[in-house]
Amino acid sequence: MSTRLARGGRLIDRGAAQEFTFNGKRMKGFKGDTLAAALLANDQMLVGRSFKYHRPRGIVASGAEEPNALVNMGEGGRFEPNQRTTTTELFDGLTATSQNHWPSLEFDVGVVNNYAARFLPAGFYYKTFIHPRAAWKHLFEPIVRQSAGLGKVPKDRDADRYEQAYAFCDVLVAGGGVAGLQAALVAGRAGARVILLEQAPHWGGRAPVDGVEIDGKPAEAFVEAALAELSAMENVTLRTRCMAFGVYDHGYVLAEERVADHTPGDGRPKKRLWRIRAGRIVSATGAIERPLSFAGNDIPGVMLASAVRDYVVNWAVSPGDRTVVVTNNDDAYRTAIALKEAGLDVPAVIDARPNVTGDLPAKARALGIRIETGSAIVKVKGSKRVTGVAIGLQAGEGAAREEIACDAVAMSGGWSPVVHLWSHCGGKLVWDEAAAHFRPDAARPPITHDGSAMVIAAGAANGALPAGECLADADRAGAEAAQALGMKPKKAKAPEAAAPAEARMEPVWIMPQGAGPALRMKMWLDYQNDVKVSDVQLAAREGYTSVEHTKRYTTLGMATDQGKLSNINGLAVLADSLNAEIPQVGTTTFRPPYTPVTIGALAGESRGDIFQPLRRTPMHAWHEAQGAYFEPVGLWRRPYCYPRAGETHEQAVHREVTNTRERLGLLDASTLGKIIVKGPDAGRFLDMLYTNVMSSLPVGKCRYGLMCNEQGFLSDDGVVARIDEDTWLCHTTSGGADRIHAWMEDWLQCEWWDWKVYTANVTEQYAQVAVVGPNARKLLEKLGGMDVSREALPFMQWADGELGGFRCRVYRISFSGELSYEIAVPASEGMAFWKALNDAGAEFGAMPYGTECLHVMRAEKGFIMIGDETDGTVTPLDLCLDWAVSKKKADFLGKRGMQRTYLANPERWKLVGLETLDGSVIPDGAYAVAPGVNGNGQRNTEGRVTSTYYSPTLKRGIAMGLVRRGPERMGETVEFPKVGGGSVKARIVSPVFYDKDGEKQNV
Amino acid sequence: MKRYSVFAIAREALRYHQGWERAWKSPEPKKSYDAIIVGAGGHGLASAYYLGKNYGITNVAVIEKGWLGGGNTGRNTTIIRSNYLQDPSAAIYEKARALYETLSQDLNYNVMFSPRGLLMLAQTHHEVRGYLRTVHANNLQGVSTEWIGPGRVKELVPIINIDGPRYPVLGALYQARGGTARHDAVAWGYARACSAMGMDIIQQCEVTGVTQSNGVVTGLDTTRGHIGCKKLGIVVAGHSGQLAEMAGFRLPIEAVALQALVSEPIKPCMDVVVMANTVHGYMSQSDKGEMVIGGGTDGFNNYTQRGSFHHIEETLRALVETFPMISRLKMLRQWGGIVDMTGDRSPIISKTPLGNCFINCGWGTGGFKAIPGSGWAMAELMAKGEPGPLAAEFSMWRFKEGQFIDESVAAGVAH
Repeated sequence: MSTRLARGGRLIDRGAAQEFTFNGKRMKGFKGDTLAAALLANDQMLVGRSFKYHRPRGIVASGAEEPNALVNMGEGGRFEPNQRTTTTELFDGLTATSQNHWPSLEFDVGVVNNYAARFLPAGFYYKTFIHPRAAWKHLFEPIVRQSAGLGKVPKDRDADRYEQAYAFCDVLVAGGGVAGLQAALVAGRAGARVILLEQAPHWGGRAPVDGVEIDGKPAEAFVEAALAELSAMENVTLRTRCMAFGVYDHGYVLAEERVADHTPGDGRPKKRLWRIRAGRIVSATGAIERPLSFAGNDIPGVMLASAVRDYVVNWAVSPGDRTVVVTNNDDAYRTAIALKEAGLDVPAVIDARPNVTGDLPAKARALGIRIETGSAIVKVKGSKRVTGVAIGLQAGEGAAREEIACDAVAMSGGWSPVVHLWSHCGGKLVWDEAAAHFRPDAARPPITHDGSAMVIAAGAANGALPAGECLADADRAGAEAAQALGMKPKKAKAPEAAAPAEARMEPVWIMPQGAGPALRMKMWLDYQNDVKVSDVQLAAREGYTSVEHTKRYTTLGMATDQGKLSNINGLAVLADSLNAEIPQVGTTTFRPPYTPVTIGALAGESRGDIFQPLRRTPMHAWHEAQGAYFEPVGLWRRPYCYPRAGETHEQAVHREVTNTRERLGLLDASTLGKIIVKGPDAGRFLDMLYTNVMSSLPVGKCRYGLMCNEQGFLSDDGVVARIDEDTWLCHTTSGGADRIHAWMEDWLQCEWWDWKVYTANVTEQYAQVAVVGPNARKLLEKLGGMDVSREALPFMQWADGELGGFRCRVYRISFSGELSYEIAVPASEGMAFWKALNDAGAEFGAMPYGTECLHVMRAEKGFIMIGDETDGTVTPLDLCLDWAVSKKKADFLGKRGMQRTYLANPERWKLVGLETLDGSVIPDGAYAVAPGVNGNGQRNTEGRVTSTYYSPTLKRGIAMGLVRRGPERMGETVEFPKVGGGSVKARIVSPVFYDKDGEKQNV
Repeated sequence: MKRYSVFAIAREALRYHQGWERAWKSPEPKKSYDAIIVGAGGHGLASAYYLGKNYGITNVAVIEKGWLGGGNTGRNTTIIRSNYLQDPSAAIYEKARALYETLSQDLNYNVMFSPRGLLMLAQTHHEVRGYLRTVHANNLQGVSTEWIGPGRVKELVPIINIDGPRYPVLGALYQARGGTARHDAVAWGYARACSAMGMDIIQQCEVTGVTQSNGVVTGLDTTRGHIGCKKLGIVVAGHSGQLAEMAGFRLPIEAVALQALVSEPIKPCMDVVVMANTVHGYMSQSDKGEMVIGGGTDGFNNYTQRGSFHHIEETLRALVETFPMISRLKMLRQWGGIVDMTGDRSPIISKTPLGNCFINCGWGTGGFKAIPGSGWAMAELMAKGEPGPLAAEFSMWRFKEGQFIDESVAAGVAH
């Protein structure tokens, strides 16, 4: 059984007991435990079920590489699936449940897959479930889906919040082991601004567990001294529980900090996403131990040797009473020794190497540990827990010569440097034959903007595994990073680490060497996804020989541990199957994130009301108080209508239209885009931007203008006012302001950079109100101030002045066909002005109106709306706006585009009005059909409706639409089929339904 | 080719699966072929497959620089739909969707086409009108779509936040027979079928030059020697510009990175595909249980399969707002693909200035769903030398004439 040892445990505080539950069972642990350590201390080795075969799964590792020990954690709004117990800090009250089983962890019906495993090799689903056709969707897929998946689905809304932060530094050091600490020390002493990140809650990495001595003292003393020195440096920031998970171009690093994961509900954000821009990145991310592939290597109780050591030394937990160690290297002997020194039984060390000579094996021997050389585990016994191992010759085919009873197996297949941060931005790897691993190739680093190395690997992450080399390498890396940034590292002797001499490891990819197919079907490579040696060999046999094919065909390395344990072993098996060398087969691409990152942290605070920035007009609060029904327009929210008690939205819109037409309406038009274009070349610039001429517009006048893209398609419209000799104010659509401003800058900065033009988007500097209706002038005259008479301020002119004590700019423009003034006041005075208009307007029947009323009125008047009549494929000529397209100008944006054959084709669909024969409203989006079908069997069409409304003014349905040769076909009837049957017939008429001669707006 | 079936698996299981043959052969290139297709992605392989199946042309090589299916075929979010607005798009995507319905049976390879239903959310009144237009258009195009209200949306997608404070869901464009398929399997299934017809799929073979005489292609220089051909099809997505340059003509194509990601797997919680274009994100759940999420394209041209991370953040913000429960899931993998974009975001299936050279490219962000239809149309073009009705509108000369097939009309993005 696994249990808590009476003594030891460098990371736990035995004075601080913590209670938690696992599958409802109450358990105890200590502060400083990981959940995995605490589970093991409570003899809970079985923690989950595998993905495909639902095989029992136990804890394998002690860090981010753990493939098995994932649990559902927390409840309600703090429920979180797939929590990795090996990196989860224990806290009092933690609740966890195991995953991927039904009805229980101990008895899982899904294990039937395991019994059928022989029939479910890699890719079996590509070869079956083909017939009958409907069965995949209705039968097989639901079964596959239900069986797959891991954690449960979160149900409640997240109770936590997430934060995002920015940081800048010269040198970012990822990894707080002795290598990272040393690199940070060197860079920090050189004066570099350093950020040092460590994913765990504690510093020092593996060195203290491995009993490394640095400068004659235990590694812990070095760690303490380094931390003291680093903490004292103002230019150094230290951060634990913070994992650098991705490196991006130009030294951009993303890191996830677990702020309150271990203190839920304390008011702090759960996690914090750090966006760090670093001059150089030192990757001191260590190395990960590899499993060995022997039959039954997935049975709970089989663990990484380093993890067993970690549990014993860090948390005083023994994974088993009797632990067999199996290895191909010297390092695993540290585990045997640690176990023995903790008073635990180590029945044998099974070493695949024929000759075992190093210092550590010698020490193990001296402690009385039996060492079996040239040997292999042939098979692990047990189902939900290891009960023993059968051993035989590594060079053999799997004949067992002896069975050894044990309840845990500690395995070591050698170490692989963590090269992820090196590789994310294209750093290349080199195969190290002696250590049988890929390590960073210093000659081909990921490069930054100037072609120099952006990431510098340090220590074990650079393949420098022995403690002495590791520190020396980190010292160099720290200096290199500082030097690259023009700083001078101080000359100082690197600390020296003493460690026992280790003999060479020998790669072992299959154990035993000659194992037959039956054994290979029991050798797991990917524990979570259930990928075995036989699966990779099958992929190779079937021609999925590229490493990417193998990965995708078998799902090797695609589980939530991202193949940290399985990739190299799988690669080696593949290479062996192909009779190729490992480096020729190559690796799959390393992509961020290094370990899975909480999506909430990536979304940050952008949720709910502030999911996107909310733009409010100065009068927004008034609209809210009035109970306006809002619609989103870009980032704005505009009143769609102002329903009164008992009114539907439709009724409200009709009332607003009628009232505005008959009396007086007020519209908050502040969202309308307002862009100032100024400078000696402003007129010339606007002549290029608009299809019509703006340079000739006299000061004091307004002109309606159209803008096209280069293709000749209409992109925005609005009224332009000439403010003075070299200043124009361009109104754009509400949704278009930012886009058009960017469009202007695009041309000014990229094409006409020598033109003297400045632009400023002043949309939010003004509040703007449209005062519309027959009583509009009366209201302004009542407010008093500037002369707003027809004579003083005729249609399509503007003037600065004062109304009711407000400084304002008044435009005589109309989008409704009524007498209309659009009045801009400084934004800060918008609310007061709006209230003043409403108060003073009461006696004239003033009512606010919303965007839908605006739409109906402009449609009655036949005015186009960008986004309704246009959709990116419509030219001004299609909309019969020929009068606004200059024929004289040598050039403007879209001129050439419009001249292309297809755009000049007389058969194009053009704007007309549509009057239904029965007075009904044509459905939104309806198409007019023509006889017959096209070459693809699709019904021919000859037009479509672009705006369709019930007109409260005309008391009937009105519409605008684009119809083939429309304007030439006045009076003809076209037919619009309805979805679901039936159709509406409409007569082609002028699009201007209301006040055709403009008598109302020009008064 | 040995047929795949549950019986074949049972038979093989008894001998530890030692008897499976290669899914596709790995031959040395011959001296010349009747037709060569450059690019063994989904589109290239499908083009070859229908050349053989529909026109009996099987002396064909498919040449691939890397490994087959290793480009965008294996990097997309596997969505299949045909609810397009413009007639030519609706025709070819619906053809593709219909072919997907029986593709597993046709190829004897389970591509896991799952017509689980696809929703495009409308979150502004403007979008509502746009999708109503699409429904009307689809109705006339023979594409089965419908408009559904928010209540039905919630029924289909229980995890959705229907009344978010910023962009409440007003309804959706629903295509019940839209869905997903297993992307790699599509490439592998076509490759296996092509190989079974006697075609040569030649991987790890990079084209270095296009040899020609009198305005006609005579063959290709490759890293594995010169290979002659009577007809050439270029189907290389993001690298179309380079191939066209070798052939001596230019294309209106830009290459940009498009990103996607998946979460860690969880038990089934969403059966349909949901696309939200106002907030800009889309999501489905794979059979493995991963939430498959699509992001936006970078605003600049490049060939790195990475992309800028802020797009991922924007996408996730949008999806956390739309599906609040995903905030406690974790992003497992993130990747990018290089998409070839044309000026109107619609593809090119076209003759070229070279008489016997044809090109199929420009699928942009929407290529996977089109694979069978694209191959069908390309095969017709290559076999007959003239486009059929499916490809007719997708000529590369349409940009000169301004005859765009602009799908951005219907949605902010075309996926």
